[in-house]
Amino acid sequence: MKVEEVNFGKNDKFNLTMIPGKFARFLRTCVLWQFIRFIVINIKMIIVVAKSH
Amino acid sequence: MARLVVMGGGVAGHTTATFAKKWLGNDHEVVVVTPNSNWNWIPSNIWVGIGQMKKEDVVFPLAPVYAKAGIDYRQAKAVSIHPEGKEGSDKPFITIEYTGQGKEGQTEELEYDYLVNATGPKLNFDATPGLGDGNGQIGPHTVSVCTADHAVHANSELRRIFEKAKTEKQKILVGTGHGLCTCQGAAFEYIFNIEHEAKKAGVRDNLEIKWISNEAFLGDFGMGGLHMKVGGYVVSSKLFAESLYAERGVDWIIGAHVSKVEEGKLDYELLDGTTGTEEFDFAMLIPPFAGVGLKAYAKDGSDITDKLFAPNGFMKVDADYTPKPYEEWKASDWPRKYQNPDYSNIFAAGIAFAPPHIISKPAKSPNGTPINPTPPRTGMPSGIIGKAVAESVCSLIKDGENAHIHEISMAEMGAACVASAGKGIFDGQAAAMTVYPVVPDFEKYPGTGRDTDYTFGEIGLAGHWIKHILHYLFIYKAKLKPGWTLIPE
Repeated sequence: MKVEEVNFGKNDKFNLTMIPGKFARFLRTCVLWQFIRFIVINIKMIIVVAKSH
Repeated sequence: MARLVVMGGGVAGHTTATFAKKWLGNDHEVVVVTPNSNWNWIPSNIWVGIGQMKKEDVVFPLAPVYAKAGIDYRQAKAVSIHPEGKEGSDKPFITIEYTGQGKEGQTEELEYDYLVNATGPKLNFDATPGLGDGNGQIGPHTVSVCTADHAVHANSELRRIFEKAKTEKQKILVGTGHGLCTCQGAAFEYIFNIEHEAKKAGVRDNLEIKWISNEAFLGDFGMGGLHMKVGGYVVSSKLFAESLYAERGVDWIIGAHVSKVEEGKLDYELLDGTTGTEEFDFAMLIPPFAGVGLKAYAKDGSDITDKLFAPNGFMKVDADYTPKPYEEWKASDWPRKYQNPDYSNIFAAGIAFAPPHIISKPAKSPNGTPINPTPPRTGMPSGIIGKAVAESVCSLIKDGENAHIHEISMAEMGAACVASAGKGIFDGQAAAMTVYPVVPDFEKYPGTGRDTDYTFGEIGLAGHWIKHILHYLFIYKAKLKPGWTLIPE
């Protein structure tokens, strides 16, 4: 059984959610991808901070 | 020479005092009254609570910083406000009781021209039987991460549970300890950091980790949740919060008012009116917040506390406090100047001001028990409000009574928030979020109440890097090191 499918069977509440698969979980800690996201998130946050001051 | 007295040295009070002193220079006096000797970067307390940071990493002594800035620092707690002075004097003043500086227990009257109440919250553990010790402190059955010392204790208890989990099943409960709590975000961070640490310690399989909170749905966070654009859809934070809990194998109880805590178990009531009991080996429950209990007196000595403060102890400001149903709540109910309507030289910043109403949709159980999160005022809004109040006071001091009062509403400002879900330079994760505005404005943004172009969230390592960098950045700023004013609130 795939890792992401195990928890669906543990609980009725879990069964009605979405659980990330292997690729989505890989991207979350992939240093290269996360470095790009780091820049993107910072730009988004700076815009919100600028709009709030 | 005018004197500004700031009660409180947390995010809002520290921001107000330091900016006011910078703008006023030595022509005027800025006094900070706070019972604490240390400044605490509270968002990092959760890392102290899992043993990934020491107390010394999240606190620093205030005295040298204020000495460098030229701010008069009194390590004392404010006891009462006398906005009309007293018999024989029209000069307003506060009474303080020292908690340090070798004057412990001594009281003093401190006159002011302008007063800023930034006292933050009282951690109201005693609101839930068994959560407190009956004397206003945390009780023996649960732990907390609200202060650095609480977090140190939480970590020692957590390590004990991890040790036991090497050989036997243990149950961990994390969430809110009352139906009217706020700060779900801190509990959210703590539960996922525990889960992350448990995996690293090799004891995850022997741990049952469960969430219990007063939110009507996961991902509410006290602000009615948020909607964001993902994959071409506009979706609720509920979907992503539930996904994370399911992915990490963390079960949940929501819409819960914890009514009683005992050794190893707690009782709760749900929004549907049913009750239940949950057992635990380790529980971290956030207490509800209240005002710090300041009293106020008129010139003749009569008690005018209810004139300055709402029943929950938070200070009344220029908000619309008219009771009205949820459907009639408006963004314009929220304050813009943070100025007391009766005494124009008194302001309140950060958690100390009384919100006009909650942000999440109000809810009650059939038994009449209110179960809904109260409004969060996280670091960014508190800092922005603190700075705005400093600008207003400086304008009043320099330009007189008709000076421009700086205005900023939580219904017009956004907030950036990073919620840790595990610490590690290469395996850590955090949910990075922005909301714009903090308080939904359904007139301006029908549907979600917020601008979905500026409201977003995603989880990953990048969020952890940001949270870790912010830890150092904000402590650097609070220490008033070179360039501190360039770092935004």
